[in-house]
Amino acid sequence: MFENFDLQKAIFGRLTLESIPYHEPILVMTFIGVAIGGAVVLGAITYFKLWGYLWREWFTSVDHKRIGAMYIILGLVMLLRGFADAIMMRAQQAVAFNGNEGYLPAHHFDQIFTAHGVIMIFFVAMPLVTGLMNFVVPLQIGARDVAFPFLNNFSFWMTVAGAMLVMASLFVGEFARTGWLAYPPLSDYAYSPDVGVDYYIWALQVAGVGTLLSGVNLIATIVKMRCPGMTMMRMPVFTWTALCTNILIVAAFPVLTGVLALLSMDRYVGTNFFTNDFGGNPMMYVNLIWIWGHPEVYILVLPVFGVFSEVTATFSGKKLFGYTSMVYATVVITILSYLVWLHHFFTMGSGASVNSFFGITTMIISIPTGAKMFNWLFTMYRGRIRFELPMMWTLAFMLTFVIGGMTGVLLAVPPADFVLHNSLFLIAHFHNVIIGGVVFGSFAGISYWFPKVTGFKLDPFWGKMSFWFWVIGFYFAFMPLYVLGLMGVTRRLRVFDDPSLQIWFVIAAFGAFLIALGIGSFLVQLAVSIKNREKLRDLTGDPWNGRTLEWSTSSPPPVYNFAFTPVVYDNDAWWDMKQHGYKRPMEGFKPIHMPSNTGAGIILAGLSAVTAFALIWYIWWLAALGFVSLIATAIGHTFNYHRSFNIPREQIVETERERSQELLQAAGA
Amino acid sequence: MKRFGIIALLPILALLGGCNAVVLNPSGDVAWQQRDLVIISTILMLLIIIPVMVLTAVFAWHYRQSNTSARYEPDWDHSTHLELIIWAAPLLIIICLGAVTWMATHLLDPFRPISRTAPGQVVTHTTKPLNVDVVALDWKWLFIYPDYGIATVNEMAAPTDQPINFRISASSVMNAFYVPALAGMVYAMPGMQTQLHAVINKPGTYKGFSANYSGAGFSDMRFDFLGMDSAGFEKWVSDVKASGGGTLGRTEYLELERPSESVPVKKYASVDPNLFNLIVNMCVQPGKMCMHEMAAIDAKGGLGLAGVYNVLPLEYDKYERRGSDPVVKRSYVASVCTTSAPMGMDVRAADATPADSTPLVGAGLPKPVSLFQSFAQKPSNS
Repeated sequence: MFENFDLQKAIFGRLTLESIPYHEPILVMTFIGVAIGGAVVLGAITYFKLWGYLWREWFTSVDHKRIGAMYIILGLVMLLRGFADAIMMRAQQAVAFNGNEGYLPAHHFDQIFTAHGVIMIFFVAMPLVTGLMNFVVPLQIGARDVAFPFLNNFSFWMTVAGAMLVMASLFVGEFARTGWLAYPPLSDYAYSPDVGVDYYIWALQVAGVGTLLSGVNLIATIVKMRCPGMTMMRMPVFTWTALCTNILIVAAFPVLTGVLALLSMDRYVGTNFFTNDFGGNPMMYVNLIWIWGHPEVYILVLPVFGVFSEVTATFSGKKLFGYTSMVYATVVITILSYLVWLHHFFTMGSGASVNSFFGITTMIISIPTGAKMFNWLFTMYRGRIRFELPMMWTLAFMLTFVIGGMTGVLLAVPPADFVLHNSLFLIAHFHNVIIGGVVFGSFAGISYWFPKVTGFKLDPFWGKMSFWFWVIGFYFAFMPLYVLGLMGVTRRLRVFDDPSLQIWFVIAAFGAFLIALGIGSFLVQLAVSIKNREKLRDLTGDPWNGRTLEWSTSSPPPVYNFAFTPVVYDNDAWWDMKQHGYKRPMEGFKPIHMPSNTGAGIILAGLSAVTAFALIWYIWWLAALGFVSLIATAIGHTFNYHRSFNIPREQIVETERERSQELLQAAGA
Repeated sequence: MKRFGIIALLPILALLGGCNAVVLNPSGDVAWQQRDLVIISTILMLLIIIPVMVLTAVFAWHYRQSNTSARYEPDWDHSTHLELIIWAAPLLIIICLGAVTWMATHLLDPFRPISRTAPGQVVTHTTKPLNVDVVALDWKWLFIYPDYGIATVNEMAAPTDQPINFRISASSVMNAFYVPALAGMVYAMPGMQTQLHAVINKPGTYKGFSANYSGAGFSDMRFDFLGMDSAGFEKWVSDVKASGGGTLGRTEYLELERPSESVPVKKYASVDPNLFNLIVNMCVQPGKMCMHEMAAIDAKGGLGLAGVYNVLPLEYDKYERRGSDPVVKRSYVASVCTTSAPMGMDVRAADATPADSTPLVGAGLPKPVSLFQSFAQKPSNS
């Protein structure tokens, strides 16, 4: 009916009714679920007239604490999506035996494993660690906000825009069917002409801008905004790991942006960087993407190493053992993480000398990591360990992560990698370090700092339920994959012919089911905690007997964090202040100069998403319009002179008086 | 070394409960040495991992809050002796492991011809290896036996205790050639040639497959690797020759190369002796310029400005066959000299359009035209 009707192509590009997957029952059901859920949420916001509040207080907020909280909410929401993908894969692999094709065709299955990887790394793990850094770092260094508060808001919304694009691919068109790193030639236009890879490219480009800017922001914050007395070697370890992580981000993400730009030029304008013909070489892509990809692993894991350092010291009631060696270990890992990328493709035929060089540099990373492990161990030694939830996650991490570390070093031995590369052993390894490290660490961090964010603690019973389901579920889900890897089973397979493998996949699926209960328990924990918030209220601001500056503020901290910039004399600044009978200053307040909220960030990110969507679908007029509006808005924002305001003295006096009352109430209770 | 390995294997075997862990119990000498390395490395690391795990549990329990009899030193945060140990212990392990890695990586380099077929069985210059050329196609495996002039699809055989020299390439996207019982995997990449040197020691039927995701038909990209005694192998070769499978020439290859899934075993009684060379150089299709020819031209200084338009004979990717119209249409020179056509060749004659331009159907490929014609499918160019 519409064919050869050029106007349609001019207006809609390659977007047609065919692009809506209404013939896929799974997606239709998902869409109905999302639509109903979305309608309920939006309806509730409208009914309770929350739009104005959300816009003024959250969406346009430049407060690092609120942005940090929003990052974590984004990470948790996307966790549900990424986990839905995981459980679909586990179900497919558990049934696809003996000629049974399972319930997912290749077209669908291949999108699912790609989306799972992309979402879990970029839109779950990254927002969780970025959120923790955003919330905690300024408080730990005694600052009132990050160095560039508006940039922070903009970074967050760019990450959201990237996540939105990935979510859009579920219902409009399709996602990439290439694996999470989209190796060419498969991701080249010749072999993946559909929109999937374009969704992949633009989602990551848009989110990548946010990540990079947030990295710049936090580096500037840590380098320039530490309170008096906080020399580099008095920074809390979490701040140190945040600094190293953001240095890695700033150095590594431009490589990702660059390599994806080259791939999109291959796809959009017919260049031949990574094609088979015309002198292109796909191995260049593989090198470049891993030059970003390996530091990315440390970008994720370093901040949670920081979390574990804070948690271990706090809950052992003891100074962190070997602060200096902990810092140097972090720095060494930061540097070494750039010298190991080739271990992701030993099997591509590099020579023996190249392979052994990269194998040995990889092993060397285990030395500082091992030192960190021992430092946590000896922090517990002669301590008084309280088994609160964050400490439980930390112990689970210590016992789980060493297994993942061991299998990682094993994979770094090139001839061993030849038999284990791309196998389920590898899958088990990196889930072992990412779940055992990043996920456990994020949960430790969330339960540790939750009272600081909200003013009340998380319910311990449901937290423990979540903890045990997660930990036991992890072992059930991934230990069978180690076994399967040793049985020579490789990744991304949709159907199997050897029936003796099935039992292991069934066990793994059971593990995934337990993890689902763990995630469910976590959501229940949130709901129960909100319901019982009065009972769980933290009036002191220091519910764990903490050691670093964030615990010196009220829970939640006032918008300006510190009425007076603190002065620091020790690594564990707050512990030191408590030991020396610190008294809160109650007079001499001055007005505080703070940045104003602005809607520019969310608008710019929205326009970026529109531009990216138009580029994905070849809707050139919209892409041009979106891009011009983007530039115009950015320039327009430079004429916004309402950048800051002063919090009046009376308001500060009032806030601090309330805080004193809370403290009195806490002391009386 | 082998006995050491077997003792170490016991707990792992007990753990696996008798399932067939082929990586830990392979049938080829190379894979066997790789297995030994897996076990030695694991034991080396367990020397430090087990104490750490035990100490974690012991410290966590002993220094729990309720155990008030345990020593509590809130300000103890440094000990030079301990720090030395915690840096030195992992360092020593890594020095050992690094030395093992350096040696083993060079000895077990897949590009290096094997020096033994089994412990004590040295390969001499008189030992004649079996040459096999492997091509990963969408989505099946092609094996060419240049020594015998035969080819098979999705089945390969090799005589036991004879070195096998693989040359490996691919037609379209990346795959990895992997027979776990034989040796570690090596990537198969278009326009490139990788190598693998291995040997099979025990007769049997082993599984081979692609270990790198390559698209829709990837899961069924499997083949049987048959280890046979030499008499059995000779019989297998004569069976292939007698199978009446015909010749695998350039035309047949182009037909075979088309994407297909779950392909049954095929046997070709004879094969174009130059085929593998053409595949690696991406010029099986008549009229395409081979990469080595392009490299030779470039080495002489290139084609000058005309080279900018010398694109049609170089264009390799099967855009049209896959229904993926190239975004940018290229213009091209009309005639160019190649070694196979030294007096110049009309490149228009060697149109990139394949003999059969009906769109390919199958999982992973665009759907046939429907009511709302999709942009990606270009209208017929006739």
